[in-house]
Amino acid sequence: MKALVAMSGGVDSSVAAALMKERGHEVIGVTLKLWSGPGGEAPTAGCCTVSDAEDARRVAAQLDIPYYVLDYTGDFGGGVVDRFVADYAAGRTPNPCIECNRTVKFDALLSNLDDFDCEVLATGHHARIEVRERGPVLLRGVDPDKDQSYVLSMLGRDQLARLRFPIGELTKTQVRAVAAELGLRTATKAESMDICFVGRRDYRSFLHERAPHAFAPGAVVDTEGRRLGDHQGVAGFTIGQRRGLRMALGEPRYVVDIDPGTATVVVGTRDRLAVSELELSAVSWVGEPVSGAVTAQYRAHGEPVGATLEGSTLVFETPQEAVAPGQTVSFYRGDEVVGGALIAATAA
Amino acid sequence: MYLDHAATTPTRPEVVAAMEPFASDVFGNSSGIHGVSRRAKNALEEARERAAVVIGARPIEIVFTSGGTESDNLALKGAAFNSSPRRGVVTAATEHEAVLETADFLKRIGMPVTIVGVDAEGRVSPEEMAAAVTGETAVVSVMLVNNETGTVQPVIEIARAVKEADPDALVHTDAVQAFNSIDVDVEELGVDMLSLSGHKFGGPKGCGLLFVREGTTLEPVQHGGGQELGRRSGTHDVAGAVGLVAAMELAAADRERFRLEIGAIRDEFTRLLREGVEDAAPNTPPEGRSPHHLNIRFPGVSGQILLMRLDQAGVAASAGSACQSGAATVSHVLEAMGLGPDEARECVRFTFGWTSTGDEAEVAAKTVVELAGELR
Repeated sequence: MKALVAMSGGVDSSVAAALMKERGHEVIGVTLKLWSGPGGEAPTAGCCTVSDAEDARRVAAQLDIPYYVLDYTGDFGGGVVDRFVADYAAGRTPNPCIECNRTVKFDALLSNLDDFDCEVLATGHHARIEVRERGPVLLRGVDPDKDQSYVLSMLGRDQLARLRFPIGELTKTQVRAVAAELGLRTATKAESMDICFVGRRDYRSFLHERAPHAFAPGAVVDTEGRRLGDHQGVAGFTIGQRRGLRMALGEPRYVVDIDPGTATVVVGTRDRLAVSELELSAVSWVGEPVSGAVTAQYRAHGEPVGATLEGSTLVFETPQEAVAPGQTVSFYRGDEVVGGALIAATAA
Repeated sequence: MYLDHAATTPTRPEVVAAMEPFASDVFGNSSGIHGVSRRAKNALEEARERAAVVIGARPIEIVFTSGGTESDNLALKGAAFNSSPRRGVVTAATEHEAVLETADFLKRIGMPVTIVGVDAEGRVSPEEMAAAVTGETAVVSVMLVNNETGTVQPVIEIARAVKEADPDALVHTDAVQAFNSIDVDVEELGVDMLSLSGHKFGGPKGCGLLFVREGTTLEPVQHGGGQELGRRSGTHDVAGAVGLVAAMELAAADRERFRLEIGAIRDEFTRLLREGVEDAAPNTPPEGRSPHHLNIRFPGVSGQILLMRLDQAGVAASAGSACQSGAATVSHVLEAMGLGPDEARECVRFTFGWTSTGDEAEVAAKTVVELAGELR
């Protein structure tokens, strides 16, 4: 089978490419150029830097597979970066990497597989796809610390049918061992943590450049509406944030609400962070729609918690802390991902 | 099937043979006082004399460089930083990055830079270029043949118009893409500076020259031991200079065949593409173009995916412009000619060279037609 492998230059996708080749597939490696600075330069941090593309190229050469860098900066700028900026300006806390998976990576590659003359797309995600009677299902990766099924919950069965996650059966340690055994230069490479288009600086300074309007000064108030101080713009705040409030209030205070309309940041004691219900948007299902009892995960490496799905509402069994609108929530039954959504709003 | 000769073209075997002794026996540093050095120095100066003959210049007017990019940098920065108070640059929107990025650097440090637009065929008007010249203009730079489209610029007319408007403004041309097919003669062109790059016409990579008309003073970009009359310091690449000159002579002698045969191959290739893909739209103009470029748009086809598929099918072509990572970028040349970013992403460049054959082009054309049809 002819397989397109999305190579980021990290160890996971390097090993994914190697395993696809080992399984006898004809493999083509691609790196997506998603973002460039004002001079067209590639980013210096995150998952898609110049040196990452270079690593991917070298690994592809080592595996003796053709390799290409494709330009998707247009889709990425509009679909991911603008949205990231708009979300923060609206007081939400976006996850641009999930948005990139949704609107660029999978869309650009998966929906154009025929154009690439490939039958499947393989990536280096820590997740598994199993073909069952009802079709392919999406499962957590076997390494609980590295499981990435959370960021894939927007995928549907049709997409899963053409996807392969070759390293989902391996732990990170095993992935590194395979890379070392094959002598891949990425075997001991550190993982990328930064947001690629923000780089190693504070994301707030990036937002300040892109959305100065989101930095209109406003009031910091307590939950009774009493003015406690000023802030330099709602885009600097995330629900649950404690640091950077710059005020001595005795008991620790946290950001519990953000109102971009009035540029108001509400702070409160820890108990005010409790959320028992989520209003969902952009709900998607891997297979058939699900309602009733699920486990829900609302952070990349958060613990799954018991919850009940009723239409576009998710009710937690026990209240959860610091759940930020704009983030993704994924629904599970056991190890299986059944769907996902964006958190539109929260209720105590 | 190699259809990317404008990126680089195979080194001619005679060039390799000419260079060979200088990669082994004749190892001397041409700046020394002893016999070992003298042999190298003699070879270098002989190469300089022969290079001068090919382009109608005098030996003293030849500055050996590492290639087109360095030559362009030296021409623009050298003119902007020299002892004359003039600091400005006037150039065209479709120039190579070696010129545009250098101009942008000069602009960033406060020098006056004017970028003149082009028409739909990518051509600048001599009148507009001349009109952009002011008392601050140090140098006007316009390439002879565009690297992406093959559009020939009216350099003779531009040089004449600029000199009429202001005899003290220098005129530079990047002739890197022109040398294969145009009888490059610095007197006829009327330019003060001209850039060449060896590997575009069968010479080695990393070797080029800048013609600098006698009496033109340039501040060097590379300071040091004072080689090349102080215009370009650094130990000479004697083998490279010898190879460059051998390639210049061979390419100049091959020009008539190149214009006729390679031009005919390109034209037949173009015909096959247009016959096979009805709405295929060449960006390379019908007249006033090089014989070996074809830049063409396939509406509804992603240029980068087409190139990838072509590579898989054994056809090497390019997008005309690429960033350092190898990703195709939206071409500033096509944008300047009036194409939108989406249209520019549908364009591919095929370029032919001294080794191209009609059979190869025919097979390649069939492959392109097939894939363009599939990708629509």
